[in-house]
Amino acid sequence: MAEQSELQYTAEHEWVQVDGNTATVGITAYAADKLGDVVFVELPAVGSDVAGGTVVGEIESTKSVGELFAPITGTVAETNDAVVDSPELVNSDPFGDGWLIKVSFSELPPLLSYAEYSALIGE
Amino acid sequence: MSQPFTQRHIGTDADAQSRMLAILGYDSVDALVNAAVPESIQVDQFRTIGDSTLPPAATEREAIAELRELAGRNTVKRSMIGLGYYDTVTPAVIKRNVFENPSWYTAYTPYQPEISQGRLEALINFQTMIADLTGLSTANASMLDESTAVVEGMLLTRRASKSTSTRFIVDADALPQTKALLANRAGALGIDLVEVDLGGVSTGSTTGGGSTGGVSTGSTTGGGSTGGVSTGSTTGGGSTGGVSTGSTTGGGSTTGGGSTGGADLGEYFGVFVQYPGASGRVWNPAGVIAAAQAQGALAVVAADLLALTLISSPGELGADVAVGTSQRFGVPMGFGGPHAGYMAVRKGLERQLPGRLVGVSVDAAGHPAYRLSLQVREQHIRRDKATSNICTAQVLLAVMAGMYAVYHGPDGLRKIAAQVHERAGQLVVALLAAGADVRTETFFDTVRVSVPGRAAEIVGAVADSGINLHLVDSDTIGIAVDETTTLADLALVVGAFGGRDAFGLVDFSMVEAGLPPELHRTSEFLTHPVFNTHRSETSMMRYLKRLADYDYALDRGMIPLGSCTMKLNAATEMEAVSWPEFGGLHPFAPRADVEGYLELIRQLETWLTDVTGYDSVSLQPNAGSQGELAGLLAIRGFHLSNGDTQRTVCLIPSSAHGTNAASAVLAGMKVVVVACDELGNVDLDDLRAKIALHAGNLAALMITYPSTHGVYEHEVGTICRAVHEAGGQVYVDGANLNALLGFARYGDFGGDVSHLNLHKTFCIPHGGGGPGVGPVGAKAHLAPFLPGHPMAQRAEHYLLASGDAATGDTEAGAVGGTVVHAGGPVSAAPYGSPSILPISWAYVRMMGAEGLHEATGAAVLAANYVAKRLEAHYPVLYSGDNGLVAHECILDLRPLTEATGVSVDDVAKRLVDYGFHAPTMSFPVSGTLMIEPTESEDLAEIDRFVEAMIAIKAEADAVAAGRWPADDNPLHNAPHTAQSVIEGEWTHAYDRETAVYPVRSLIRGKYWPPVRRIDNAYGDRNLVCACPPPEAFE
Repeated sequence: MAEQSELQYTAEHEWVQVDGNTATVGITAYAADKLGDVVFVELPAVGSDVAGGTVVGEIESTKSVGELFAPITGTVAETNDAVVDSPELVNSDPFGDGWLIKVSFSELPPLLSYAEYSALIGE
Repeated sequence: MSQPFTQRHIGTDADAQSRMLAILGYDSVDALVNAAVPESIQVDQFRTIGDSTLPPAATEREAIAELRELAGRNTVKRSMIGLGYYDTVTPAVIKRNVFENPSWYTAYTPYQPEISQGRLEALINFQTMIADLTGLSTANASMLDESTAVVEGMLLTRRASKSTSTRFIVDADALPQTKALLANRAGALGIDLVEVDLGGVSTGSTTGGGSTGGVSTGSTTGGGSTGGVSTGSTTGGGSTGGVSTGSTTGGGSTTGGGSTGGADLGEYFGVFVQYPGASGRVWNPAGVIAAAQAQGALAVVAADLLALTLISSPGELGADVAVGTSQRFGVPMGFGGPHAGYMAVRKGLERQLPGRLVGVSVDAAGHPAYRLSLQVREQHIRRDKATSNICTAQVLLAVMAGMYAVYHGPDGLRKIAAQVHERAGQLVVALLAAGADVRTETFFDTVRVSVPGRAAEIVGAVADSGINLHLVDSDTIGIAVDETTTLADLALVVGAFGGRDAFGLVDFSMVEAGLPPELHRTSEFLTHPVFNTHRSETSMMRYLKRLADYDYALDRGMIPLGSCTMKLNAATEMEAVSWPEFGGLHPFAPRADVEGYLELIRQLETWLTDVTGYDSVSLQPNAGSQGELAGLLAIRGFHLSNGDTQRTVCLIPSSAHGTNAASAVLAGMKVVVVACDELGNVDLDDLRAKIALHAGNLAALMITYPSTHGVYEHEVGTICRAVHEAGGQVYVDGANLNALLGFARYGDFGGDVSHLNLHKTFCIPHGGGGPGVGPVGAKAHLAPFLPGHPMAQRAEHYLLASGDAATGDTEAGAVGGTVVHAGGPVSAAPYGSPSILPISWAYVRMMGAEGLHEATGAAVLAANYVAKRLEAHYPVLYSGDNGLVAHECILDLRPLTEATGVSVDDVAKRLVDYGFHAPTMSFPVSGTLMIEPTESEDLAEIDRFVEAMIAIKAEADAVAAGRWPADDNPLHNAPHTAQSVIEGEWTHAYDRETAVYPVRSLIRGKYWPPVRRIDNAYGDRNLVCACPPPEAFE
C-alpha cells in the first residue's frame, strides 16, 4: 500500500500513483466510505484508449452507482481482476489491493496534492 | 338503508376525528386542511361548490348495478384476432386464491424483503419460467406489456451496443401496435427505425424477391401441405438441418444458405425480430441475429411463450434479449390489460435490465432469502442516468402467469401448446379443403388467408356468428387459435370461406405439423421441482396459501408507506374486475362489441378532468412512469408544433422522485436540477436563475404537489407563473393527489399537464408492485398531443366545453365536446389496462365529490395526528403553513442515529417485530422515515402504530444508555423469526419476550417474518435470479 501523503488526487475522489509513465488509479477511502458496500466493478478493457476526465467504468454499491473517471489521457495497461472478482476490496483496502486500473500516459495533467485533497473533503 | 360507502372507506369516524382534532387544536377537518393548503390555490378561489359534475354518491349496490348495466353493453365474442392477445383458461384455483385474494393484491412492492418472501418466491418462479422458456440466463420480474418491452429492448441494445449508429432494424412482420410504439418512442430519442422484411431477406435475398420472399416461395410449391411447410424457415443461416431440408423444396432457399441478407442492412445498433411473426409465420432468425452481432449490434426477439414450448428458444438461436407477454398464461385479455410483459437477457447483460429483478441472498442467520436486486441502477437512485423510467411493473399478473406454469408444469404447457398447434393445423386443412388460399406455410397458432376484395365481408359474417377475426387489409384475414378454440369454432370460421357443408367431411388425418423441423425444441425447461410438484388442486391451493402467509399485506394491518397511498381497495370496487364482460374482450375487438367499456372510459375521463381542473384525460398509460412520459411527450409535441424545436430543457427540483428525471430523458429532454431550500421548498432564487439561464430553451418544469417532502409549498402559484412567463409548460406530478382532491385542482393553480396514479389515489390495489394506471390529464392546448393509438375503437376523447380546442360535436349525454388525442401511443393497447378501470370508476361513483373531499380531509388529519404525537420522540423534518404537513410526514432519524447508532433500517425492521410494515425508508431524504397513514386506517390502528414507534424510541434510548450493547439489542437483531428465539441457547442481552412480544397484544395474533434481516450486499455481489434448488432451504 502506498503512503497516502505521496499520492496525487482528483476532485472525483480518485487517487493516482505515478511510476514513470504509468499511473495506478483507485478511489479514495473517503469515496469508498461514501459509496458503502461495493458490489460490482466494471473496468475498461486492457489496451483501450481513455481520455482524461471521461467515464471509463462503474463502481456499484448497495447505495448507488459511481462512475470511474480516467484521470489521465492514455492507454489502459492493466486492470485489477481481483477487484472485479471481489469488489469488497474497494472497501477493505482502497489504497492497496482495491486499486482499479493502470494507465500508461505521455503527459501528466495537473492533479491535487494530498493537502489539497484533504482540504477538499474537509479533513 | 345501508351505511354510505364513504363511511366504509374512511377509517376514522366523527368521534375519532374530534379526538384527533383536539390534539391538533382545530375545530373541524376543513379548518385543519384550510390552514394547511395555501388559500391562493384552494378550489373555491376558482369555482363555486356545486360546480362539480360528479354524480352524487351511489351506494355499493347501486354502483354494482350500474357496472352490470355497462358490462351488459359489452359483447364478448370468441376472439381469434391474435396479435399478442389470446383467450386463455385461468385455472380457478389461481383466480380465487391469487387474483381475488387481498393477501396477494393488496401487498406493496417488495422493498421490505423480510415481509415479502411469498411474492418474491412467486416472482422468482416467473423469472425462472421466462429464463427457461427463452433460453436466456436472466429475466426480470415483469414489464408493462409486450410493446413497451420491445421499446425497452431497443433502449437496452443502444446502451449495450458498441456501435455508434442511430439505426435500429425492425421486423416488418412485427405486431402493428409494437411498430407504433417504437415509432413514437424512437422519435424522441433520435433513433432511426428501418423496417425490413427480415424473414424475406433471410429466405430469399439472393433470389431478388426481397420483400415477400418467404410468402412467395411457399405459394409456388402449391398444395399447401408438405412442401410449403418447410420452406419459409429452412435457410435461417447456420442450421445444417435447415439447409438440407431447404434444398429439397427448391424456391429461393438453396441460394440463401449462408447469406442472410444482414450485410445489406448497413450499420445499426440493434435488430428486432418477431418470433413467430404477426402473420403467424415461423422462421429461423439465427442468421439475422448472427449477422447483427457480427457488426456489433445486439438482437432483440419478441417471442410467444406458449410457442416456445415447441420451438427453439431465442437463446438457442443466439438472441441477446427476449421480450414478450405472459398474458396467455392464464391472464384474461381484459380489453388490453393488465398483464405482465417480460424481458430476459443473455449472460453479461444483467446489469442492463430495466425494471425490477428478484434475486437470492442470505439472511442474518445464513439462510437463503429473496430480495430485489440491483435496485441502485433504477430511477429512484440514478435519476437521469437510470436504465429506464419503469418502476411499477405488473406483479400480480406475473404471479398469476408464473403460477399457471407451476400448476401445469412443463408437460402440461407442452400439451396445451400441442393442442393449440394441432387445432391450427386442423384449421389449415379445413380451409384448404374449402378452397381457401392460405398464405402462411409455417405457423404455430396463426395463419393468414388471402381473399382478394372480400376480407371485410367475411370478417363481418364470422363476427355475426360470434367470432372476431383479424381484418389485416381488404384482401387478407388473420386467424389465431388459442387454448379455448374448439372444432365448433373452426367449423363456423371455415363456413364463411365456403366450407360450411364440407367441414364434417374434412380428413383431419391430413393435418401436417406447421412448424419447421429444424426449429423443433429439444431442450428442457421448467425442470425445477416447483414446476413439477403442485399438480393436484389441494397442493396448489396450499402452496398459494403458504406463500401468502409469508407476506404482510393490507389484510394484516397498516402499511404506512409515504408517497405510496396504501388505502382501502374495497371489495365492491374489485367486484367487476372478474366479470367476463370486462375480462374477455380483445383490445382490438370491433367498436360495437365494446360500447360498455367506451362509456365507462368516457365517464371516468370526465370525472378525472373535473377533479383535477384539466380539460381532457387519457387513460392509456399503464403505469405512473408511462403517464409522466406521455405528459412530457405532449409538451414536446406542443413545442414542436409551434416550431420551438430548441425547447428541450426540463427543470426538476432536487426533491423530485427520480422517475421524473428518467422520464424527461426518455422524452428527449435535458434535465436541469433546481435546488431546494432548507425548508424543503423549491428555492425561488435558484429557480429564477435557472429559468433565466435557459429561457429560450425552456420546455417544462416538473413539480410534485404537494411536494415529495409531504408539504403544501406556499409559492407553487409563483413558481408556475415564472415558468409560464418564460414560455415553459408546467408538469405537475400527481403522485400526492391524495392530499389535494376536493381542496385544490392542478389545472386551477397553473398545471398544464399531470399524471395521476389510479393505484394510489383511486384505489386500484398495488398488487405487490403492479398493476398501475397512470392517466394523464392536460389543458386543452396540450390535449391534441395526448397519446392516441392507431387501433383505437374511438379516437375522440372528452374535452371540457370551455376548452378552446373543442370541436363542439357532443356525444349523447356528454357534457362538453371532444378532442382527438393525436400523439403516438405509449401502451400496447389503446386504453392501456382497461379491466381495472372499473375499480376507480366505482370509487369515484360511490364517494361523490363530497366523499372525495372528506377522504382527503381524513388523510391529512391522520398524517398531522401522527406527526404531532411523534414529534416529541422524532423530529418532523419538513412542514408548511401553520406548521402542518400534508398527507404524509417525514420523521428525521439522523439525530437518533447520531446519538444511539440505531439506524433507519433498525427501526424499520423492528417495526416488523411489532407487527407493522415499515414506512418508506430514506426517501426522499436519506436517514428518514416517511409515514402516510391514509384516510382508510382507523384511530385504533393509527394509535397502535404511534405507540410502537414510541416504544422503539425507548429501546433506542436504552441502547444509547448502555443497557444493551450496540451490536446486540432488539433493534440491531430485528426482525426476529420464531426459529431465532426457539432454537438453541438464548445468549442475547435482552430476553425472548422482548424480542418477539414487545407488546402483549401480539401474543395471539402475531405476524411472524419467515426470514431474518437480509444481506443486500451479498445478493448484489452474487447475482442469482432463478429458483434456488430445494436443498438450499434445508
